[in-house]
Amino acid sequence: MKMGQHSWQFTSNPALISTGVVGGPFEANGKLKEDFDHLYDDIWLEQQSFEKAQQKMMEDAMTIALNKGNITKEKIDLLFSGDLINQITPTTFAAHTIGTQFIGLSSACATSAQSLALGSLAIESNVAQYVLCGTASHHAATERQFRYPTEYGGQKPPTAQWTVTGAGFGLLATNGQGPAITTATIGRVIDLDVTDPFNMGAAMAPAAVDTIVKHLADRQVSPSYYDLIITGDLGKIGRSISIELLHEKGVQIAEENYNDCGLMVYEDEQLVQAGGSGTACSAVVTFGHIYQLLTKRTIQRVLLVATGSLHSPLSVQQKDSIPCIAHAVSIEAKEGIQ
Amino acid sequence: MSKRSVQQSENKKKQYNTLQQKHEVKRPIVKNCIKAFLIGGTICLIGQFIATFYVHFFDFTEKTASNPTVATLIIITMFLTGFGLYDHIGQFAGAGTAVPVTGFANAVISSAIEHRSEGFILGVGTNMLKLAGPVIVYGVFSAFLIAFIRTLLTKWIGF
Repeated sequence: MKMGQHSWQFTSNPALISTGVVGGPFEANGKLKEDFDHLYDDIWLEQQSFEKAQQKMMEDAMTIALNKGNITKEKIDLLFSGDLINQITPTTFAAHTIGTQFIGLSSACATSAQSLALGSLAIESNVAQYVLCGTASHHAATERQFRYPTEYGGQKPPTAQWTVTGAGFGLLATNGQGPAITTATIGRVIDLDVTDPFNMGAAMAPAAVDTIVKHLADRQVSPSYYDLIITGDLGKIGRSISIELLHEKGVQIAEENYNDCGLMVYEDEQLVQAGGSGTACSAVVTFGHIYQLLTKRTIQRVLLVATGSLHSPLSVQQKDSIPCIAHAVSIEAKEGIQ
Repeated sequence: MSKRSVQQSENKKKQYNTLQQKHEVKRPIVKNCIKAFLIGGTICLIGQFIATFYVHFFDFTEKTASNPTVATLIIITMFLTGFGLYDHIGQFAGAGTAVPVTGFANAVISSAIEHRSEGFILGVGTNMLKLAGPVIVYGVFSAFLIAFIRTLLTKWIGF
């Protein structure tokens, strides 16, 4: 059901009945190591390429989610997923392995929230009973695609971010126990002429703010309605810009209830410049850490605002600006739903 | 879009640029220069030791020792890159590890390792000079230009 101008409300309470979260060796030293279902010792995962390693992470995360939800893959009606690599091939191969009906998404790091929004929409409209949503990224595969070879010794500026190696998938079900997806706000492409691909937090911050403002207006609530509002991967710089922009727009957001997945993944002494990023960044935090908090009822209501910068290596080389998008979904541990 | 809305969106972009720059963490240029000087200098010192070694223990002169010295530095870089250490040193040292011959070697070697997954011809062969290629292209072009100017001055004008 449409809510306000830009949002959807799900009255059937699509429930996140289980999740599967995997991460790489660098993430194993991070702040959220306890919230991963599996951590690999090696970034290759015994595969021939980093792209294959990413595919393997996706397959593993999906399998874990299915096993924990006690659902066989034949029962899955739809898979919504995507990633950062050329034409989302790791996702396509992983979707082939799982063998379900598949809709590929390409909105960079906003994929996690987009997949949850579309998955909930499918459940709400009764076209699916079980839906898998999620995404993955691999540090080395992403570096290679968007920046330099992994072992190249170029110095990164303090505004750069570190792509998370990991995968996070959630299993949505029509009837089930678990936190519910209650609303979603679909973002629009925002481009304020930031051209530096080593400063994506600054590029994405206005998109996050636009979606947050629209969401709160559509739902007619104040930021304090949520125990936690988390952005996808704005990092230190994007976060501080977004706070100033929110204040400018009259949204009084409490800094202790406003966090960024890119700042939650790693320890301070891990040298990641401005924070974590990548499609997996918001996916591992949401399906791992946040999901745990919601099921334990430590927190009740969370708004995930996944931010994606939609540039390609070609568009950057042709001196184009970085267009960005942010999608939001609210996840709530509702009364009556465990 | 009307002229006015174009103007408005331009203003918005300008405003955001100002705000964005306020939050941007700048590269610590002085600190980076000192680190680059120290690490780059250390690499040159090691190079000097290697050159002296070749002159002392082998049949090289100060002039001819430079070729084996460069080769030795490249081999050392190959190991450091292959074992995944050079990028960490590079993040600390910046220009200190980029400017010496080791930086050039790292650019070639890291690309070669990276594109091994696409095979030896289209992967390693095509991409090996992806980062270092411009140095060669513009190095050769500048050399040609300088040689041309020199010829012009000495042969034809007669300086």
